[in-house]
Amino acid sequence: MSAILQLQHLKKYYATQKAVDDITFEIEAGSIFGLLGPNGAGKTTLLRMITGIIYPDEGSILFDGQSFNPMADTIKIGYMPEERGLYKKMKIGEQALYLAQLKGLSRSEALSKIRFWFKKLEMESWWNKKVEDLSKGMSQKLQFVTTVLHEPKLIILDEPFSGLDPVNANLIKDEIYRLAQQGSTVIFSTHRMEQVEEICNHIVLVNLGKKILDGKVQDIKQQFKQHKFNIVFDSMPSNLLHSSFTVLQQNNYDFTLSIHDGFKSNDVLRFFIEQQVNVVAFNEILPSLNDIFIQLVESTHSAARRFQTVA
Amino acid sequence: MNKTFLIARREFLSRVQKKTFLLTTILLPLFIFGFYALIIYFSVKTADNIQIAIIDRAHIMDDVLLKQKGDIQFQVIKHATETELDNQIQQKKITGYIIIPEQYNIMGFDTLSLKSDKSIGLLTRDKIQKRFSDLLEEKRLMALNLNKKQIDSIQNANTLQFTSLQGKKDSDAKAGVSYGVGYFSGFLIYIILFIYGTMVMRGVMEEKTNRIAEVIVSSVKPFKLMMGKITGIGAVGLVQFIIWIILVLGLTMLLPFLFPQLGQQYNDLPMQPGAMQAAASMKSNGGIQEVMSGLSTINFPLIIGTFIFYFLGGYLLYASLFAAVGSAVNEDPQDAQSLLLPITMPIIFAMVIMTKAVNDPNSSIAVFGSLFPLTSPIVMMARIAHGIPDGVPMWQLLVSMALLIGGFLFTTWLAAKIYRVGILMYGKKPTWKEMWKWAFIKN
Repeated sequence: MSAILQLQHLKKYYATQKAVDDITFEIEAGSIFGLLGPNGAGKTTLLRMITGIIYPDEGSILFDGQSFNPMADTIKIGYMPEERGLYKKMKIGEQALYLAQLKGLSRSEALSKIRFWFKKLEMESWWNKKVEDLSKGMSQKLQFVTTVLHEPKLIILDEPFSGLDPVNANLIKDEIYRLAQQGSTVIFSTHRMEQVEEICNHIVLVNLGKKILDGKVQDIKQQFKQHKFNIVFDSMPSNLLHSSFTVLQQNNYDFTLSIHDGFKSNDVLRFFIEQQVNVVAFNEILPSLNDIFIQLVESTHSAARRFQTVA
Repeated sequence: MNKTFLIARREFLSRVQKKTFLLTTILLPLFIFGFYALIIYFSVKTADNIQIAIIDRAHIMDDVLLKQKGDIQFQVIKHATETELDNQIQQKKITGYIIIPEQYNIMGFDTLSLKSDKSIGLLTRDKIQKRFSDLLEEKRLMALNLNKKQIDSIQNANTLQFTSLQGKKDSDAKAGVSYGVGYFSGFLIYIILFIYGTMVMRGVMEEKTNRIAEVIVSSVKPFKLMMGKITGIGAVGLVQFIIWIILVLGLTMLLPFLFPQLGQQYNDLPMQPGAMQAAASMKSNGGIQEVMSGLSTINFPLIIGTFIFYFLGGYLLYASLFAAVGSAVNEDPQDAQSLLLPITMPIIFAMVIMTKAVNDPNSSIAVFGSLFPLTSPIVMMARIAHGIPDGVPMWQLLVSMALLIGGFLFTTWLAAKIYRVGILMYGKKPTWKEMWKWAFIKN
């Protein structure tokens, strides 16, 4: 698969901090990509550069293999920022129409697409309501519609589920999957790790303006595994001491083991099988993204934005 | 479709379709007009029919001609007792009476008293006082052994005729009318700058606090968003303004039909201190005809043309600055106050210069004020009312216009840079130093 977006050595320095400091990665077309990082890591700055709202100080952005042109490419991008809102006094239908026209759709085109989406998400009766009459979740749905309405190739969602109830969150999640299947690429920015684990194929973790992790979710989990295994017996084994492992936790016949370097899982299994004890379950415990995230971010010694002076 | 146009259209429609727009645009002038109409109506009405009886026991009024003019009527009664007169007051035949005692000395300082059943209004009192003393003025002069001829020559004022170098007559009425027109149009621009400037600022603040700004700038350049807003609101202003002018002109045309006695009223009323100088000169120079001729010497196409130019130029110059302030502050309107100060200062300053310029259109402060782009929209209106070249030479007008265009381009450029950063910046209010950095340091 080809890359829809390539960031090369992007830099953006503000007067008081390095918001983005030499970040390089690429995003495959049709993938669901997670951009992770603690608050103030530089995610929003990165996304603003990708959407052409601000320009990088250095580095380049390639969109679909070509140098990124904010003017021409806005129609191909749908951006739902974290700080998002709507005109409170405007009617829902008019608002969607206005935003679609600003993207560059013609009036009739915009109207038919709005009708399609409103029908799909059961929002038809909203047309003449005002935004101020909507609940937070409802306006979130409207914002999602206005983001994807013009069928952008690249959809950027910053914390898309905040404030949504589980039903509506699932509705939006299904739409995200469907859009990705239809060939759109989704960039998904959040610090809710369980959502990332569930949705994303590929993630990049940034902290303090630098990329600290980049890879497929499964590969990353493998990379950070600590050789922990869970083993369950049907009776108590007679001997629990062996050079290949240490017991970390015990709960009746349910053990958590850490396998030492130089040994394999089969070595442990063989040790127990030879004791004539029945192994009911045996599986590897992979670290959750949440654990990896906390581990990595804390190892850079700051969860909050650190103010660095520009050299 | 052009995106700036789309934005301007939304700004325009969302304001024009509001009920408050209709209220302020149509009802406000009607209300103000109705208010004035009421005032005029009552001032015409209450002054009506004041009958004052003069009991002339000293026989000094015998040969005084009682000119019955206006709404105050004097009648001289030779013999009547106070009780009879009191009865007449109660029967509403007369409003009040003055008794001149037999030994009354016309040259003395004795005070006469006027008796009436109800208290008489201040304006009416002034009028009665003036009319009564006019009646006796000739009598007093006669008592000094002056003859009729001498009296006439005393009363003949030594009037000056003011003429300009070009030999044009420069009547008081014309100067007065120029003063009025200049003051009015300058003041109008002052109001416009504030009303529509703050409207732009509030619009920008709304976009920022609603958090819609970032959604929009992902599809439109911030500059287009700002310009769309400014042009949209400018169009609202223009429409509102045209409606006001039509309404005011229409209603003013109606005025003489509603109050036919108005012209006479003008001549008769003692002028209030706040009334325009034009009215004062009009009083001394014989009334409305003079003012009309004064008005006809004013070059209205020129004034309306320059008014529209300075209205648009001044609005564009200041609106972008107001937009920049709106983009910099957050939810708290208090923050806006302190950042607004440097913008409102020159406007108020311009207003001060304007009051000077309208009296003395060629003073150096007026020339400076009408050239400097931050003050010229207001000050130039005061000068232009005096005409070209009496009030302002052609070259100064052209230079002022060029500077205003340059100034507007500069402030828009400056504001756009602040706006671009400010609109996406949440959190604490920036200082002027930070805003300066946004504008002049790459970001």
